[in-house]
Amino acid sequence: MPKNPEIKKVLVIGSGPIVIGQAAEFDYAGTQACRSLKEEGLEVVLLNSNPATIMTDKDIADKVYIEPLTVEVVEQLIRKEQPDSVLPTLGGQAGLNLAMELDERGFFEKTGVKLIGTTSETIKKAEDRLEFKSTMEKIKEPVAPSLVVESLEEGIAFANQIGYPVVLRPAYTLGGSGGGIAHQQEALEEILSNGLRLSRVGQVLVERCIAGWKEIEYEVMRDQAGNVITICNMENIDPVGVHTGDSIVVAPSQTLGDKEYQMLRTSALRIISELSITGGCNVQFALHPESFEYCVIEVNPRVSRSSALASKATGYPIAKVAAKIAIGYTLDEIKNAITEQTMASFEPMLDYCVVKMPRLPFDKFISAKRTLTTQMKATGEVMSISDSFEGGLMKAIRSLEQHVDSLLSYDFTHLSKEKLLEQLAVVDDRRIWVIAEALRRGITYEEIHAVTKIDIWFIDKLARLVEMEQTLREQELTFEILKEAKRLEFPDRVIAYLTQKTEEEIRFLRHEQGIVAAYKMVDTCAAEFAAKTPYYYSVYGSENEVEVKKDRKKVLVLGSGPIRIGQGIEFDFCSVHCTWAFAKEGYETIIVNNNPETVSTDFDIADKLYFEPLTPEDVESIVRLEKPDGAVVQFGGQTAIKLTEALIKMGVPILGTSAENVDAAEDRELFDKILEECGIPRPKGDTVYTIEEAKAVAHRLGYPVLVRPSYVLGGQGMQIAIHDKDVEEFIGIINRIAQDHPILVDKYLQGKELEVDAVCDGEEILIPGIMEHIERAGIHSGDSISVYPAQSISDHVKATIEEYTRRLARSLHVIGLINIQFIAVGEEVYVIEVNPRSSRTVPYISKVTGIPIVPLATKVILGQKIRALGYKPGLQKEAAYVAIKMPVFSFEKIRDADISLGPEMKSTGECLGIAKDFQEALYKAFLGAGIRLPKYKNMIITVRDEDKEEAVEIAKRFEALGYNIFATKGTARALMEADVQVRMARKLEQESPNILDLILGHQIDLVIDTPSQGVEHSRDGFVIRRNAIETGVNVVTAIDTAKALVMALENVGDRELTLVDIAKVEDARAGVMHTITNKRII
Amino acid sequence: MKAFLILEDGHVFVGKSIGSTREMVSEIVFNTSMTGYLEVLTDPSYSGQAVVMTYPLIGNYGICYEDMESVKPWADGFIVRELSRIPSNFRSEDTIQNFLLENDIPGICGIDTRALTKLLRKRGTMNGMITTKEDFQIEEVQKRLKAYVTGDEVSKVTCQETYVLRGKGYKVALLDLGAKHNIAHSLHKRGCEVTVYPSFTSAKEILAAGPDGIMLSNGPGDPKAYTSIIKEIHTLYQSDIPIFAICLGHQLMALATGADTYRLKYGHRGGNHPVKDLESGRVYITAQNHGYAVNSEKLSPSVAVPTFINVNDGTNEGLCYTGKSIMTVQFHPEASPGPQDCAYLFDKFLTMMEEKRHA
Repeated sequence: MPKNPEIKKVLVIGSGPIVIGQAAEFDYAGTQACRSLKEEGLEVVLLNSNPATIMTDKDIADKVYIEPLTVEVVEQLIRKEQPDSVLPTLGGQAGLNLAMELDERGFFEKTGVKLIGTTSETIKKAEDRLEFKSTMEKIKEPVAPSLVVESLEEGIAFANQIGYPVVLRPAYTLGGSGGGIAHQQEALEEILSNGLRLSRVGQVLVERCIAGWKEIEYEVMRDQAGNVITICNMENIDPVGVHTGDSIVVAPSQTLGDKEYQMLRTSALRIISELSITGGCNVQFALHPESFEYCVIEVNPRVSRSSALASKATGYPIAKVAAKIAIGYTLDEIKNAITEQTMASFEPMLDYCVVKMPRLPFDKFISAKRTLTTQMKATGEVMSISDSFEGGLMKAIRSLEQHVDSLLSYDFTHLSKEKLLEQLAVVDDRRIWVIAEALRRGITYEEIHAVTKIDIWFIDKLARLVEMEQTLREQELTFEILKEAKRLEFPDRVIAYLTQKTEEEIRFLRHEQGIVAAYKMVDTCAAEFAAKTPYYYSVYGSENEVEVKKDRKKVLVLGSGPIRIGQGIEFDFCSVHCTWAFAKEGYETIIVNNNPETVSTDFDIADKLYFEPLTPEDVESIVRLEKPDGAVVQFGGQTAIKLTEALIKMGVPILGTSAENVDAAEDRELFDKILEECGIPRPKGDTVYTIEEAKAVAHRLGYPVLVRPSYVLGGQGMQIAIHDKDVEEFIGIINRIAQDHPILVDKYLQGKELEVDAVCDGEEILIPGIMEHIERAGIHSGDSISVYPAQSISDHVKATIEEYTRRLARSLHVIGLINIQFIAVGEEVYVIEVNPRSSRTVPYISKVTGIPIVPLATKVILGQKIRALGYKPGLQKEAAYVAIKMPVFSFEKIRDADISLGPEMKSTGECLGIAKDFQEALYKAFLGAGIRLPKYKNMIITVRDEDKEEAVEIAKRFEALGYNIFATKGTARALMEADVQVRMARKLEQESPNILDLILGHQIDLVIDTPSQGVEHSRDGFVIRRNAIETGVNVVTAIDTAKALVMALENVGDRELTLVDIAKVEDARAGVMHTITNKRII
Repeated sequence: MKAFLILEDGHVFVGKSIGSTREMVSEIVFNTSMTGYLEVLTDPSYSGQAVVMTYPLIGNYGICYEDMESVKPWADGFIVRELSRIPSNFRSEDTIQNFLLENDIPGICGIDTRALTKLLRKRGTMNGMITTKEDFQIEEVQKRLKAYVTGDEVSKVTCQETYVLRGKGYKVALLDLGAKHNIAHSLHKRGCEVTVYPSFTSAKEILAAGPDGIMLSNGPGDPKAYTSIIKEIHTLYQSDIPIFAICLGHQLMALATGADTYRLKYGHRGGNHPVKDLESGRVYITAQNHGYAVNSEKLSPSVAVPTFINVNDGTNEGLCYTGKSIMTVQFHPEASPGPQDCAYLFDKFLTMMEEKRHA
């Protein structure tokens, strides 16, 4: 069946801001799909509220709307753009939910617009618990006994009937929000009541607990002709009970025989056929470890995190093929882009082993529980490929960038055997390290399996790694041992540590003996057909198959690794654009990265893709083979920056700003000198190493002071100290994490925070625009609401910023991008941070100004001048729009994480609000972030003393909007004195009904709770904020945010929004248009 | 112990010996299935061949005897990247290491199986030797390898006596050319009474038993070598009994009716081969194991027309015989190992017998 000629204009819905459970994988899928639709000559209209994505580039779609993902917006957009079809299966759960809501409102029927890629019946059958169950029963596919309940009583009764433990899964939530396992009634009550609140439809599934069974997933595809294929199956090392997003996952399955494999494959294909899915689908199974009994856990009738992983694991571009199927093609009409000679209607065969590990945010949320449950907590993931499981695991571990490089990285040697066995029963992110320690102590596979339920095949693999540690420790390092250790992917550093040699010695020994990495190709077909893909992974002890070319100049682009708080999808945006720009300049491009969710690891972005850990050793192996003419590190976040020194040692020229100048920006003394030379003031401060020194500096400056480690991301470990005891505590925490670098103590200035990203060609600068933060200094820039153009600063301040940027860029000899953060106190401007590299705000500022700064920076790196590129240097004219970047958090996913904002970044993603006027832009930004007010018009205010004055003004404005205000004693008194109608809420420790009951009664729209500065030792605020978040109540923890929110609500209310096609935000200043090349085509 | 895999073209792979340490010379073929190594080893079609598994981790779920596709392993040798140290499966009764030893099958592990596969793909199937003797003379071995030819493999693998799987349904005569157990099992499961005949059985004897249908199985070797079987199959063709043939059976039926077969460069062996049903346009993923194919170009439409083709390389995957109740396929609807998508063909065969009965 060829392309459906009736489909001419398609609306693609993206997944919105990055939150836990819905991350970069949808940008990857969406970008691939949009390109796939465009190459079919279709007009693509894109809707996604996330400005950091590649899919929202004007090169990817014809019309781009970075607008809130609400039903109203979609309806309005469809009326405006008149697409004939809507493709909702690429936008994750957010996209599907929107499509369902529109369908329920009868919108498609009314307008005649078609849903493609799926039907609403299919979504309902797969997503609605009851319909899913009855569908499975109809085709005799087993599901665990379960019941959808809408009340606590129903749930308790059913649990009593089927027996504990039971699993709870709320309907229509992301990443299993609000789900969990209850072992007794008390826990059931807690989880169930929470889940009922979080579910869009107030439904929670209560089911028989199949925890401990093997968790197996199949990625399957189907076309309209009914052809069905399996792309990949995957086995979770962690048995059922841990969300697959938080599990270590291996592809293909390792412990299933052909009988089990085919049984589940056949089941998955029967399911996708029964659901009449046209496109991709993920089916999760629980398989009894001691029989052929299985249950279908879940079906996702769309592309998903697992499908992104499956695509990268096999080389099969699921989203691209799904998009082609959506417009009418059948699988046997679509070419396999990898072999270019076979068709998409086949099943990939792997001749390697893939290991995925989750990147968990416990380094950011120190107070959070590390326990892994059915509620996903990971912000990102890494994938590795090897010809052995051990090798894959070792590579994945060091790809995490969490100070881990082997099974020795977490130390459990201090635990007694009893304690160790207890620790084994704890399901958290360190479990494989605990198992390794258990194996070192001689605890048997059977004992470990009995506690963890992890298959002994995996335990044996961990044992092999532990045995190799032992061998390296005890035996002489022979050629054979070294060769085997490398085959198991022991890094040189670990071998050196175990053999008491230096890393340099090991490296030398290896090269002398010819033990070097070889690269193999991911070709979808286990070498059965000649493949053209430039997609490689490393192995030791095998033949190299990479053909190294020398016909063009060659650049190495280092990616940014797993998505984590502080280093998100924006750096992938930068890496991809930089790669495209180099390709346009005639370079051969090579990407190194290990994140399966991203666009940069799609095999057709660069000329070559190395799917590898981003450590100096792994990169060196690639460098030795490819001998690149240079490397770019300024686009890959800290991950790439950290490799600079190593690359220089390898003799690879760093393109763009030199390493010394990057260092100069980080080295306190050097940087102070530069600022002095430039005549730029900065908050006073000093560099210290000890607590005593820090206190001395703090006393000299006067509290409050900012304390932070140098060389970190996203303000990790940064705190505002107001007492000596804060300093003691913070420095203690900083030193707990291995730190080779000094600690900075600065005077904390309260003023307006401003930010610029600029391109510098060595002489001249180009600033697309100045961004102003709504929150005062003290809240991490990534967590602040950012406004472009700056609204409240004078021309003098603007000119000062432009001038300081010029001076700094010049004296740091910046070639490429620089990001500078300023504080303006009155007309006085201070510099607080300089990063001579790309930043989080680059995609946002590029899109809202229409200035493609990554390609510009790339050209500048290659020696071109800003003027010659058609731009007038300096601060550019302000756009006719106001564009606001709003941070988005995932606090409800992380139990016990403190949600109050401060210098340490906590947001996982962002969304955009763009409009002609500030208020509407602000309203859209809040809407995009999921704040949909009003509902009940009840709110709680509880603020610290310093904020009381401003709180009064805000309260008055909310009162005028018709809100009922509750407040705690101190706040209430202040409000009453100012004649605000306020009801006193009892404190936490007082009898019911107290403030907590109010929140849990969920009639509250909003909590404004500003915690006091410094270390807050009271648990009250924490408990209030946690409960509010877990109840689904909006919580604002900064007074400036509250002010912005009330302003947005006052000015917009019910008026219809104006939708802005961002592809039309002209790059008027230069008229420079750039288009990407769709290089390889499926 | 060190082991060597020496190829006809002079390539030598050095690895570790697994299974028997005896020297082995055979045709080297690769299989891309990620699961089902026991089914592969015990598939009689591998008689006269040593198998390379392209998936690098083999033996993970041990040996589940009930998954054997015949009474013993037939492959001459076994070539893998890595064998699991321990088996892990609730049904596992033995380790792959023991299984190879007990059945005296030599093998080699620890070699770059992907590099080997690429060689076989580029140069086509080659003969090779697995040996543990370090002092081999490469020229001499190459000479031996070039001269090596496989013999009459079918007579080695077929059953020696007729036997019956009792059932109440249709009586099916299964000509065992090296049949995998799951062929008889797939019919028996559908209620058929299956009489399994040795390959040397005459058509007359089979027809004399009055079966409702005849099944020609898979099997090893060059189809053209089996001239006497082809003759008997020609007689079966002339009867009006419904016939269903798989793999070698499909090739022999084609040869018996005037078509030609040819050797593929490196064959199709694995569980991911897409075939297209030319009538419905549907694509099915199939299990395959063959080194020869039917040349459908020289086929006369008055004798047979193609029903399935391979989506990857366009080779013939099935025929329907004009004016006859005969359906033959190149792939393996019995799976084991591999996808079960085409099991419906057994149902179709039952329908053919049903129609015949009521004709």
